[in-house]
Amino acid sequence: MSAPATTPDLLYSQEEEDLRAAVRDLLADRCDAASVIARTESGEPHDRTLWKSLAEDMGLAGLLVPEERGGQGASHREAAVVLEELGRAVAPVPYLTSAVVATEALLACSGEEADRLLAALASGRTLGVLAVPLHTAPGAAVPTARVEAGALHGAFTGVADAQVADVLLVPGEDGALYAVDTTAGGVTVDPRVSFDLTRPVAAVTLDGAAARKVAGGAPEAVARALRAGAGLLASEQLGVAEQVLTETVGYLKERKQFNRQVGGFQAIKHRLARIWLDVVNLRAVARAAADALATGSEDAPTAVAVAQVFASRVAVHATEEAVQLHGGIGMTWEHPTHLHLKRAKVDSLAYGTAGRHKERLAELVDLRAPLA
Amino acid sequence: MTDANDLRRRTRELLAAHPPATTDRKAFLEARFDAGLAWVHFPEGLGGLGLPRTLQSVVEAELAAAGAPDNDPRRIGIGLGMAAPTILQYGTEEQKRRFLRPLWLGEEVWCQLFSEPGAGSDLAALGTRAVKDGDTWVVNGQKVWTSSAHLARWAILIARTDPDVPKHRGITYFVCDMTDPGVEVRPLRQITGEAEFNEVFLSDVRIPDAHRLGEVGDGWRVAQTTLNNERVAIGGSPIPREGGMIGKVAATWRDRPDLRTHDLHQRLLDLWVEAEAARLTGARLRQQLVAGQPGPEGAGMKLSFARLNQQISGLEVELLGEEGLLYEDWTMVRPEQVNFTGRDAGYRYLRSKGNSIEGGTSEVLLNIVAERVLGLPAEPRTDKDVAWKDLAR
Repeated sequence: MSAPATTPDLLYSQEEEDLRAAVRDLLADRCDAASVIARTESGEPHDRTLWKSLAEDMGLAGLLVPEERGGQGASHREAAVVLEELGRAVAPVPYLTSAVVATEALLACSGEEADRLLAALASGRTLGVLAVPLHTAPGAAVPTARVEAGALHGAFTGVADAQVADVLLVPGEDGALYAVDTTAGGVTVDPRVSFDLTRPVAAVTLDGAAARKVAGGAPEAVARALRAGAGLLASEQLGVAEQVLTETVGYLKERKQFNRQVGGFQAIKHRLARIWLDVVNLRAVARAAADALATGSEDAPTAVAVAQVFASRVAVHATEEAVQLHGGIGMTWEHPTHLHLKRAKVDSLAYGTAGRHKERLAELVDLRAPLA
Repeated sequence: MTDANDLRRRTRELLAAHPPATTDRKAFLEARFDAGLAWVHFPEGLGGLGLPRTLQSVVEAELAAAGAPDNDPRRIGIGLGMAAPTILQYGTEEQKRRFLRPLWLGEEVWCQLFSEPGAGSDLAALGTRAVKDGDTWVVNGQKVWTSSAHLARWAILIARTDPDVPKHRGITYFVCDMTDPGVEVRPLRQITGEAEFNEVFLSDVRIPDAHRLGEVGDGWRVAQTTLNNERVAIGGSPIPREGGMIGKVAATWRDRPDLRTHDLHQRLLDLWVEAEAARLTGARLRQQLVAGQPGPEGAGMKLSFARLNQQISGLEVELLGEEGLLYEDWTMVRPEQVNFTGRDAGYRYLRSKGNSIEGGTSEVLLNIVAERVLGLPAEPRTDKDVAWKDLAR
């Protein structure tokens, strides 16, 4: 069994707390629940204006990118803090898909095209997504495009945030990673009716789409991207869970039935206390995963698998409890809890289910499956 | 870090003056206490140097590296963890000088006479009576769940001195001499077969007023110091991955492929992840304390620990198959110390049932989290303004 050589730094630095405060202020101002709900049924599910503030004005799209490649030269620790806040607000911005997953794929590549795209994504002015189904686990096989005379052919489903992307990163059957502009001929992006309307998925069809080769080694780049996505997703799930706990506790202090505050009934207090304990534990595993990714620790694959197995259960459970404990109001479209429930449920599939991560963990920590 | 460097220097001077290899264990421990290196957060002259508690790890690391003997802290855990901080906070100078040194040296074992058959989670309802007779108190009653009572020289005791006021206000805190002829200790056999705990019967036990800790009627407040210290044992080295009970079942899983099933595999992996999460939470709590940012997270640690120990040991019994049909030994013994991860899986399964009861039941701890951390309304209380003698029982 591999064991981490040192204990990860599980706290938040002062700079990280400052970053959190800045993001939270912006979201409080510009991403209230009512407008998020209203946007989900509009023609523009993504909030481009909010994205511009986060990415261009605050420079958050380039946190993972070194300064010499056009980014902020921060790390996964800071990106994780941003994701906690975005999860809390269920903000409809493509941060995880573009600034983490697509960016991480490009970080695995070198060369002129990789550098150019990396700088473009880091600036926030270009949005990129990896043309891989959202539920793909790190290391799993992915669909590839047929490459014919420099043009790509193929169908890619379940691609999160594709409808807002400027560029698609597409694994080719030749093992190379390609970049395809979504405005190019032969590219069709078909938005699907998505379970999580704040992170909608689309079906992408490439029919002789013009492509630029980014680098060889697409499988490695994709695996690295999905691992970072899975690891940092845990911080988003933490934000989701923590927010619904805060909301539910606040509501149950106000709500009265039987001439009492509903939050005073022991059956309810105990459920809320257990969610609190889950959230406390989730913070530790999410910080461990972010720190392992940031430091390039050998333990990162294990830390990521642990974080995903744990985070998926906790975020789904916390949001399901939030709906139940809100009673009838929790079932309404108007109340924001369903945004968190839907995000948590889709997050439990995103970048591999808990079951997929357990399979990987069994190898990593040498707890092998039965032989037959 | 001058304090740390100074401590390191003092510890090395102690080791140089009393080399562990050639020094009698007792003599070494006495020298360590008198050098203020026993518990550095205690005052000078009482085994400490008045330094922050977190610096104790500096001393421990130096001593461990030199192979120095320790005071067998597991054997005297109640004295170290509960009696000592209470005596330090509420004891008279004379009490501190009399009790703390032999306590730390392990010459005098302590036990705790708090719980009663009729006062478990509702400890403040306790009915053991102490009646003043001149300069002494005469104590009658029954205590239970007393570990180390059969080994103990002294006990910390709470007893009712005024039944006519509400329960929290009529309690007084004493140091009880366990060699008093009115003290009878009977082993209390548990579901594991052994008797780790005792029942203690107190019949006209005479306690001098000089052995009272704190004011008459203020015993509940004094007891909070004891109870708050019960689980403060933070510090020391972080637990490694697979450090607790999960390590036992993981080792069995690796060694015995013949026992594996798919159902057990999924459950094992789930528990492995939960144990790792609890371990990381403990590590994070320790980092917060070191950084001077203590959080409320500690309140949840015991809840996780209890549930995990129970689920993991339960899984282990199932995993063992035919061996799970057996039990190492039901013989009634009185162990000197408890080891949650010791003996066989069946023992671990049974002993861990106590983890969600002892030191605060999980149900009470959930109330505490809900009320103190989440700020939810307190339980309705019908007992606050009722004299103890009028309570339902």
